[in-house]
This record gives sequence, C-alpha cells and structure tokens, in this order.
Amino acid sequence: MSLTLKRNPKAAPAPAKRPLAASPGTFLIWGGMAIFLILLLGVVSSVVVNSFAREWFDTWLPSGYTASWYAEAWKEYDLGQVIGTTVTVSVAVVGISVLVGAPASYVLARRNFPGKSILMLVFLLPIMMPPITYGIPLATLLTYYHLAPGLTGVILANLVPSIPFVILTMTPFIEQINPSIESAARMCGANMLRLFTKILAPLLIPGILAAAVLVLVRTVGMFELTFLTSDSTSDTLVVALFTAMTGAGIRAQQSVDAMAVVYMLMMMVMLIVALRFVNPTQLVSQIREDTD
Amino acid sequence: MTGQKSGRADSGPGTQPALSHRLAERGIDKLLLLLLPALLFALVLFVYPFIYGLGLSFQPKTGGLFGAYIKFFTDPSVRGLESIWVTLQLAVPAALINVLASVPIAYKMRGKFRGKRALTTVLVIPITLGTVLTAEGLLNFFGQRGWLNRFLGVLGFEPLQLVQNYWGVLWSLIISGFPFAFLLILSYLSGIDPSLEAAARTLGADWKQRFRRITLPLLAPGLAITFCLTFVLAFSVFPSAILVGDPSGSTRVIAYVAYNAWGQQFDYPLASAAAIVMGAVELIVIILVLIWRSRMYKGSTGGKG
Repeated sequence: MSLTLKRNPKAAPAPAKRPLAASPGTFLIWGGMAIFLILLLGVVSSVVVNSFAREWFDTWLPSGYTASWYAEAWKEYDLGQVIGTTVTVSVAVVGISVLVGAPASYVLARRNFPGKSILMLVFLLPIMMPPITYGIPLATLLTYYHLAPGLTGVILANLVPSIPFVILTMTPFIEQINPSIESAARMCGANMLRLFTKILAPLLIPGILAAAVLVLVRTVGMFELTFLTSDSTSDTLVVALFTAMTGAGIRAQQSVDAMAVVYMLMMMVMLIVALRFVNPTQLVSQIREDTD
Repeated sequence: MTGQKSGRADSGPGTQPALSHRLAERGIDKLLLLLLPALLFALVLFVYPFIYGLGLSFQPKTGGLFGAYIKFFTDPSVRGLESIWVTLQLAVPAALINVLASVPIAYKMRGKFRGKRALTTVLVIPITLGTVLTAEGLLNFFGQRGWLNRFLGVLGFEPLQLVQNYWGVLWSLIISGFPFAFLLILSYLSGIDPSLEAAARTLGADWKQRFRRITLPLLAPGLAITFCLTFVLAFSVFPSAILVGDPSGSTRVIAYVAYNAWGQQFDYPLASAAAIVMGAVELIVIILVLIWRSRMYKGSTGGKG
C-alpha cells in the first residue's frame, strides 16, 4: 500500500552527462569563478599558514613552522570552556527549537485557519530582520530580568530565529507526507499522540535531521545575538574569536588564527554532515534533479 | 403545527452544530493547540521585546518623545543618517553582486556534469569560514604585506589599500553572502521545468530569447527572494565592519552605531531608536524589491494564460 504512495525519484534512469561547452560567455563565467576561488583560497590559506608560522614578516612564507600556537590558544583563551559553552548552547537551542517548531510546522502545513497569514508573518519576521534590530531590545529586556548576560540569555536569544527556521525548513517535508496515511492510522484508532510517535515522527526523521543540522550550523555561527547576551563565561567560539581579535592587550596574531582554524574545521564537519541530509539544490523546490 | 414545532426544535440547538464543530469547519480545532508553544516563544521573545524597544525609544532622558530619534539623525557624535547611507552603500552592491554573479554560474550548473557535487561543495565552503577567519584572511592576504600586494609588487604595481576600508568590508560580505545566494538561485533554477526551455528551443528561440522570455520571468520571484535574503545578511553587517573596516569612518554602519549606543554609552533609548530605524530602512528596501518583483512577474508572464 505504502509503496504506491512513495515514489522513488532515483528509480529513473540516469541521463547522459552533459559536456562542458566552451563559448566565450562560458569561458568568462568559469574564469570569473576561478578568480574568485583563487582569491578565496589565498584568504583561507594565509590564515592556515599563519597559524603554523613561527615568525612571518616581510616575506612570501614564514621563517619557520610550529604547532605550538594551537596549544597556546587552547590555554590562553580557555578553549575547552568556550567549546563546551558552544556545544551546550547549540544542543539546547536545537533541542528546544525542534520540539517547539515541529508541531507548529505540522499545523501550518496541514491546516488553513483564520489569521494564518498573520501568524506566518510573526514567524517570518525574525528571519527577515537583522539580528541586531531585535537583539538590542531583547538583550535589554533579558538584562532587566537578570537572564542575561549568561547562558540562559544566550540560549533564549538564539531561539528567536531558530524556531521560525525549523518551521520553515520542516513545512515542505510535512507537505510531502500523504495525509491519507494519517487518516488510515486514525481509522485504526490511533490518537494524536500515537499518530505523532508511530506515524509522523518516523516519516519525518529526514526533515527533523535537516532542520536540526541547519539550526546547529546557524547557532554555532550566530555572532550578534550571542555577543549581545553573553559574558566572559558564556561566550561561544565566534564571540570568543571576535573578542580575542578586538580585545585589549597584545596577543600573538597566530594564536587567534589557530583558533579561527579550529572554528573553521568544526563548521566544515557540521556542514558536510548537513549536506548529507539536505540536498542544497532542493532547499526551496522539490523537483527531480535528473531531468533535462 | 407539531411537525413544524419539532422541526424548529431540530433547527434550534439540535441542528445547529456545536460550537466546536462550527469552528472546526473553519479550520479551528484542538490541533491548533500544537501552535501554542511556538506562538508563545514568538510573542515573549520577539513581539514583546520589540514593542518594549519601541516604547523605550520614545522615552529618552532628554528631548521629549522623539528625542532619541532626533539625536540619532542630527547629533554629530552619533552620525545616524550617515550610517544608514554607509550601510546601504555596502549592502545593496554586495547583494546585487552576489545575486548577479550567482545567476550565470547557477545557469551553467543546472544540468548534470562531472564534478558538480564537488564544485557545489567548494562554492558552499565559505559558509564555514565565519566572519573572524574571513577578516583575518582578508587582512593577511590583501594587507600591505600580503600575498596579493606582494604579487602585484613583483609585476611592478603599487600596493593597493584593500582592507581597513570600504573594500575590505565589501569583500567580506561577498565571501560570506555568495554561497547563500548561489545555493538559493541554483535551487530556484533547478525548480524550473527544463521542458519549457526545450519547447522554446524547438520553436527556434536562441539562448538569449530563451533566457529573457522563459527563464528570467520564472526566476524573478526567486531572484527577488534571494536578493532580499542576501540583502538582510549584508545589511546586518557588524563584526566585519569593525574587523576589516574602519568603524569610526568609512564603514560606520548602522549596526555599529546601535551597538555603540547600547554597549558603550548605555543609552538604551538611543540604541532602541537606532535598532527601530535599522529595521524600518531594511523593510522599506525589501518592500520596494517585492513591489518590483510583482510588477516584473505580471508583466512577463502575461501571455501564459
């Protein structure tokens, strides 16, 4: 029964691969992209090289290499605690926003009711607004209630864009589930709770994972909201990096670079995991890729 | 008589369905309770602070009701108007460049070819860099003694001042914004049914006509949304304006002004006013783009029906 409901897009035969044609326009496009990538490579590798540099002044390459900056950054910036905070904040934000956002996205995907568009606007605005805009009043308020600066404030502030983000990411996944499966379960006497735990949750696991991983990447990379609500004990890695770079006192640039490399590697692992669950080309439209 | 009476009795509370049923017909039932937690969070953490901030912005210590706004726009130490202009000068070109550069690349990458996944991954990697690494990299690479100026020196050019000014921030916005723009545009382009273009090709349209008459109108909504999202990203530029820019001068962006009032001067009304102005300016730009989109979309697909 369910076999007829689920179509497998991968079953279609793979088409022949298109060759890369080389007209002047194409040449220009690939050339421009190559220049962009070379500059990007230069930007990234100059940080990586500097993080291993013993000394690097007016030369092409540093005079010697050492890995000690990583150890120094770990000690000097208390990276153990910073990474711990980052993990705590992101796990809490991902967990709460999925728990709160998933049921809401179910209702929004399935139902039409008066005031739905206003509700959607309320959920969309935090994503469309610059974080500073709502972050400043929010941080003022959280400080007033003694929730910020601190871990609670950081988590609460990061929930503001994360819950709408979960709702937006999960709605298309829910729309893809055939409602007749739910009707059938209900006919067989399943109540709402059983419907959610036995039918929807298993079918929604890809959607939940996609939303969770994307929120994770966003939260780890979110600078403004954390910056406004954290203190020195509740800094996440991005904020610690920023304060290390702007903060007073003369510190070796190389240890900041080492920290930046740690951050980049962390983000890269998460992004690669995210790309396993979410096909980036199908974020907004679910269409079979192997047409043409 | 009795029949009518019984009929009336039926059409009374009997036939009129219970309130919950009538509401259910309009889509209101117990299921909507699932929305409550999300709504509660939105109201407590977004709507309430926003209204609170709005109220705060009208309660400055001096200057009456609009004192904070007047201070924002006229006080020479705040330079609010200038900061709006600076931010727009950064955000609009950055968003335009990101969207316009993404279109041809995504257009070329729609089909299947060898190495597509690898190339997509490479183009997406800048998302992982983060502002600080990008800033450090820009300072190292484009700086006075960086590889680029060193290379230009070998070729006999004067070193260029590419960081600690407008260009450094613009670079940083392009590096962080391009992956998003590219992913979204690629996603929208993949959503356009290729058989439409194939049909046009059969009718003898060359690639320019196909692009102008078919792809572009269908892509217009996607372009508008992508522009809006990358614009929002660029408009909220804050850390990179400090790190690779010149926050006291040419890259004094509005987020910096707002943060400065909040975190350095503890002038909460002024900070709230700056935040409200920031949101308003951003919404105006987005609304303008969406109006343009609705015009463009109607005009170009009028012949569809």
